[in-house]
Amino acid sequence: MEKFTTLTTTAIPLPIENIDTDQIIPARFLKATDKKGFGDNVFRDWRYDAEGNLNEEFPLNAPQYATAQILVAGDNFGCGSSREHAAWAIAGYGLKVVISSFFADIFKGNALNNGLLPIQVTPDFLNQLLTCVQENPKTKITVDLENQIVEYIGIYNEQIQKGKESFDIDPYKKVCLINGYDDIDFLVSKKETIEAFEKERMVF
Amino acid sequence: MGKTLFDKVWDAHVVDTIPNGPQILYIDKHLIHEVTSPQAFNELEARGIPIARPDQIVATADHNTPTVNQHLPVQDPLSRNQLEQLTKNCEKHGITLYGLGHQYNGIVHVMAPELGITQPGMTMVCGDSHTSTHGAFGSIAFGIGTSQVAQVFASQSLLLKKPKSLRVTVNGTLRPGVLPKDVILYIISQIGTNAGTGYFCEYAGNVFQDMSMEGRMTVCNMSIEMGARGGMIAPDQTTFDYIEGKKFAPQGDAFAKAVSYWKTLPTDTDATFDKEYHFDAADIAPMLTYGTNPGMGIKINEHIPETGDMTFEKALEYMNFKGGSQLLDTTINYVFIGSCTNSRIEDFRVAASYVKGKQKAPNVNAWLVPGSQQVVKQLEEEGLVEVFENAGFTLREPGCSACLAMNDDKIPSGEYCVSTSNRNFEGRQGQGSRTILASPLVAAATAIEGKIVDITKTILA
Ligand code: SF4
Repeated sequence: MEKFTTLTTTAIPLPIENIDTDQIIPARFLKATDKKGFGDNVFRDWRYDAEGNLNEEFPLNAPQYATAQILVAGDNFGCGSSREHAAWAIAGYGLKVVISSFFADIFKGNALNNGLLPIQVTPDFLNQLLTCVQENPKTKITVDLENQIVEYIGIYNEQIQKGKESFDIDPYKKVCLINGYDDIDFLVSKKETIEAFEKERMVF
Repeated sequence: MGKTLFDKVWDAHVVDTIPNGPQILYIDKHLIHEVTSPQAFNELEARGIPIARPDQIVATADHNTPTVNQHLPVQDPLSRNQLEQLTKNCEKHGITLYGLGHQYNGIVHVMAPELGITQPGMTMVCGDSHTSTHGAFGSIAFGIGTSQVAQVFASQSLLLKKPKSLRVTVNGTLRPGVLPKDVILYIISQIGTNAGTGYFCEYAGNVFQDMSMEGRMTVCNMSIEMGARGGMIAPDQTTFDYIEGKKFAPQGDAFAKAVSYWKTLPTDTDATFDKEYHFDAADIAPMLTYGTNPGMGIKINEHIPETGDMTFEKALEYMNFKGGSQLLDTTINYVFIGSCTNSRIEDFRVAASYVKGKQKAPNVNAWLVPGSQQVVKQLEEEGLVEVFENAGFTLREPGCSACLAMNDDKIPSGEYCVSTSNRNFEGRQGQGSRTILASPLVAAATAIEGKIVDITKTILA
């Protein structure tokens, strides 16, 4: 897994609540047996209509957001199916962070296991950030994982708009992200403890 | 202080606790299927790690399988490849696979309980969010991502933080025509789709105590739709009777011993929960969803609310419904009775009870997809295949089918489908499809009438 420490970049606004993993990657794209190529189909049915025409109004298709590495989305992001393909699709598209006021459990875990950082912020912060990013796509966002801080700065209405908030992350997961470790390495290193537990446990 | 059912099962599976970090939770049973496992097998292979406990893994093919002509080679090359990979991986690692056409094949959450694989007090996982279904037996069962599938392959364990506890209690008497599906759709419509996030839910009260195992599975199945990783119901005599004699259930003395342990599992009277909800069974009616998440539900004769927020309006626009209107009399051309929520024998019995002696409306395409080969067998034995065929329906072969529309069973763009599945997300049943979630009884009535009818007025009056 890739290491994550700090990131400064622009963001794509997606002010929709309850974005489920079926929208992030529709089921018909889950037939692959490797992790490649999902980025091409991220938000497929919002980016293209049924005839395959590009929906130019959709933020992911807007040229002003083309180089952004952060997605800022509405409440309860990633609900629904457990498909990790959703995290692969977002990461595969080139995004490194998703900011929302709430994440569904399984998506959050899947994202962390793929070096994609889900940052939960307060609803107020989210609203201000979304407005700033929509008003000025050049708004810069900085994520500092070590200090658990997310901040943004942008100009609109001829004024400097900025905000800063600290965020929570499981301390174990933070260490994993900063060092690029994953749970498999850790669990395999605990093999003996697990085997000892197996001998003791009750089975019928 | 007393312990909850969840505490008892969880605590019995904690291998180790990392200071300031997660716990290592031991997993008793790992269910796998073709869609979320191949990348996990590849991951282990790439790292040269063996599968720790192949004998604790059971595989089935369900998500990406055709529901017609299963005896022929699968047409779609990508689907065929995915199924072949599963077969190869299982053979290579000595994992039991109930593949396409096998007498035990079926949707993972239908076949495992039927075979007695699911038992109280167990920890169970599967790369599928509706693994919560198995909690109906008093097991801790939850869906995991593919990285976690690889973790369980490698260690038969997972790194997890213990979730908070939530209890939903429903007491009283359900009204006629109100099925377990309506109970859970009602609960989600009341508390919302993220009320359970971060929690494990226990369902308590006489309504769940009086439910069959099939009904309890329907309820626990949809726990994830309110955000909870899983739902549980205390094991009782109904549970034990269901398990007894099943293929992989403990037999003889071992069964008696197991039952005496299972009886210790229910939540202690002095245990407390982090969050509680109480509902009165009399308030529940047959339910329908009108939007694009399972929390957007109303009673069958209610009006769609008018709120005006952007996400809500976007959902109504997608569904082509208006705030303030009713769903009654909406013409419906597609009906789907299937999925791990409602494709068990009891669901088809209740549908057949309505359908018997009637004819399907000519405008309706009805797909009846049993959850497993064993359900198919029961349908044949009970003469229900005939009931459906006489009414103009055809039964398909088992699989997930139009629940997620990965195979050819897709609802055309713009069409409504009254569906017994669990998700009404945009495009879930095919690009542009519009899903209305309902019970098997409401779905059967819709198929007969060709439109949504108030079953409380017709059959139940
Ligand atoms: S029937 Fe639907 S919800 Fe159930 S396992 Fe299959 S795809 Fe998932």
